[in-house]
Amino acid sequence: MSDIRTFRGDDAPLTTAKDLEPTDATGPLGKPKGDSLVGKTVTINRPREQLYRFWRDFSNLPAFLDNVVSVEPVDEGRSRWTVKAPAGKTVEWTSTITEDRPGELIAWASEDGADVPNSGRIDFRDAPGGRGTWVTATIAYDPPGGFIGKVIAKMFQREPAIQARRDLRRFKQLMETGEIATSAWTRRQYEEEID
Amino acid sequence: MRALTWHGKHDVRVDTVDDPEIINPRDAIIRVTSTAICGSDLHLYDGYIPTMKAGDILGHEFMGEVVEVGSGSTLKKGQRVVVPFTIACGSCFHCGKHQYSACDNGLPADNQDIAQTIYGHPMAGLFGYSHMTGGYAGGQAEYVRVPFSDVGPIVIPEGVDDDKVLFLSDILPTGWQAAEYAQIEPGDTVAVWGCGPVGLFSVQSAFLMGAERVIAIDHFPHRLELARRFGAETINFEDSKTYEALLEMTGGIGPDACIDAVGLEAHGFFADNVIDQIKASTFLGTDRAHSIRQAILACRKGGRVSMPAVYGGFIDKFPLGALMEKGLTLKTGQTHVQHYMPGLLNAVLEGKIDTTFLISNRLPLEQAAEGYRMFHDQQDEVTKVVLKPGMDLARAA
Ligand SMILES: NC(=O)c1ccc[n+]([C@@H]2O[C@H](COP(=O)([O-])OP(=O)(O)OC[C@H]3O[C@@H](n4cnc5c(N)ncnc54)[C@H](O)[C@@H]3O)[C@@H](O)[C@H]2O)c1
Ligand SMILES: [Zn+2]
Ligand SMILES: [Zn+2]
Repeated sequence: MSDIRTFRGDDAPLTTAKDLEPTDATGPLGKPKGDSLVGKTVTINRPREQLYRFWRDFSNLPAFLDNVVSVEPVDEGRSRWTVKAPAGKTVEWTSTITEDRPGELIAWASEDGADVPNSGRIDFRDAPGGRGTWVTATIAYDPPGGFIGKVIAKMFQREPAIQARRDLRRFKQLMETGEIATSAWTRRQYEEEID
Repeated sequence: MRALTWHGKHDVRVDTVDDPEIINPRDAIIRVTSTAICGSDLHLYDGYIPTMKAGDILGHEFMGEVVEVGSGSTLKKGQRVVVPFTIACGSCFHCGKHQYSACDNGLPADNQDIAQTIYGHPMAGLFGYSHMTGGYAGGQAEYVRVPFSDVGPIVIPEGVDDDKVLFLSDILPTGWQAAEYAQIEPGDTVAVWGCGPVGLFSVQSAFLMGAERVIAIDHFPHRLELARRFGAETINFEDSKTYEALLEMTGGIGPDACIDAVGLEAHGFFADNVIDQIKASTFLGTDRAHSIRQAILACRKGGRVSMPAVYGGFIDKFPLGALMEKGLTLKTGQTHVQHYMPGLLNAVLEGKIDTTFLISNRLPLEQAAEGYRMFHDQQDEVTKVVLKPGMDLARAA
C-alpha cells in the first residue's frame, strides 16, 4: 500500500492531493512518461488473483477500456496498442511491462517515439473486511496539444479522471456480474454505443 | 412495438418504437400484460426530474410474460413475472446486504457520473426514469428488455390475477419498507403524510406491524376514505391544522413514528411551500418539502421519521435543529424491492394484504396519455391507473 502513497502529513493517496506532483506518485514506475496524472480506486467483490489474471491478459482490456481498440502481444512483456482517435482514425504505440508482480501489480510504459507517451500501473490490494479487492489505476500521460491533444481528449473524453473512473466501473461490472451494463434496447443501439 | 414516450412537460405520447432485443446474457424480454402509472411518474410529467430526453419510454411498475431469455437468465419462456423497478446485479457488496437500490452495477458506467456528482455515489438503475438513473427503457410499453433477469423478476403462480400482484413491482414494497423503517412498537401511533398508493400501503403495513393507531393526512376526501377503510383516523389538512391536530390526537406527545409519503410536489399553500415554489421556478432550490418539515416537527421526542417520498435535490429551511434536539431517527431511500418481493407475494396469496382496492382505472396502453392526464388532474378519484397493452380499445370505451 505504501508504495503508491507518499506520506505528507495525512493518510490520503497522493493522487488526491490539492497540489499534484505527478513524479512523486508514480513511485516505482521510474521516470513517468508524461506529466498529467490520474489515479482512481474501485472496490471489486472478487479475489485479487482473479482480477490480476484477467487484467494481465491484455487482450481482455478492450472489453472494458472504452477507447482501446486492440492490444496485440509483440513478444514477452511488449504489446502493440491501438487506440481510437478522432475522425474514425486510430493511433498506435508499443508498451513494455516495467514491473509485474502476480496478484499485486502491473506497470507499463510506452516505448520512445510513441505518439502519446504514457505510462501507468494497476495495483491490486486486499480490501479490508473481506470486501474483495481494491483496484487502483494510476496513469501518467502527456497533456494535450495539437493533433495529439485531440487524440488525448478523445481518448480520455476531455477529463482523464472521469474516463479512468468509467473504465474501472466497467471492469468492476464485468468481474462482478459477468457483463457490462447498457441501457440499449436494440442490437443496433448497442453497436452504436460501443463503437 | 407501441410505447408511452416522454416529450416534455405534460407531453407524453404513445408512439411506435423499435422492439427490444436481448443484449447481455442475463437479459430477458417481457411481453407486458399490466403496467401502472406511479406518483413518481408525475414528477417526470411535471418536468421536475432532470436528464430526461425526448422519446424516452416511461414506466417502472410492470409485469408480463417471458418471451425471450439470454444464456445467463434463469427464467423460462411462458413464465409470468413481476419486475422490480430497481435494476440490481445481485452480486455486488450492496446486493449481498440486500441493499438492492444501492447496487453498484445497475447503471451503465457513463450514466453514473451525474449521481456521483450530486449524491456522492451512483445508485441502482431504474426503469423508465431519466438518464441519471440509467436511461433504461421503461415498462409502459408492449415489450421490455429486463437486465439481470436471474435476480430481479419474481415468478407468479398460475391463476393469480395481474391486479393482485402488479404492485409488488414498487408501491407495495415501498409502503412496507416505509413502515419497517418506522420501527413500529406495540402501542405506537403512526402518522402518515399522503394517502396516495405509497401512503395507503404504509397505512396497511403499519397496522400489520402492530401499530395501535394510524393517523393519515391528505386533502382528498376519497383518498382519506380509503385510509379509513383500513382503520386509520384522518386529518384533512385543508380543514384542520396538521401539527396541532396531531398533538391533540396524541395527548400532546406527538406520533411515535411519522411517514412522509408525499414527496417533492407537496400540495397546499403553506408559507414555506410557496417560498419553495418560487425558488423551484427560479432554480434556487429544487424540492418542495412541506410534509417532511412537518413530520419532523410533529414527531414525538426520540421518535422515528421514515421518508419513502422522493426528493431529488436540495431543500432549505430543513429543521435540522428539531431532528437533533429531539433525538429523532430518520430513515429513507429508494425501496430494496427484491428484498421484500417474496414475503409480500406470500402475504398477497394468503390474503393478508389487499392491493386491488387501489385501482381506479384500467385503460389500454393506447390511452396512456389520457391516463397521465387523469392521474395528474383528478387525484382524488383517480388513485391508480393500470395500463393493459393487450386490452381491447372498444371494450375500454
Ligand atoms: N422510495 C421509493 O422507492 C418510492 C417508490 C415509489 C414512490 N415513491 C414516492 O412516494 C411518494 C408518494 O407516491 P404516490 O404514488 O403515493 O404519490 P401520489 O402523488 O399519488 O400521492 C401523494 C399524496 O400526497 C398528498 N399530499 C400532498 N401534499 C400533502 C401535504 N402537504 N400533506 C399531506 N398530504 C399531502 C396528495 O394529495 C396525494 O394524495 C412520491 O414522492 C413518490 O415519488 C418512492
Ligand atoms: Zn413507482
Ligand atoms: Zn449489485
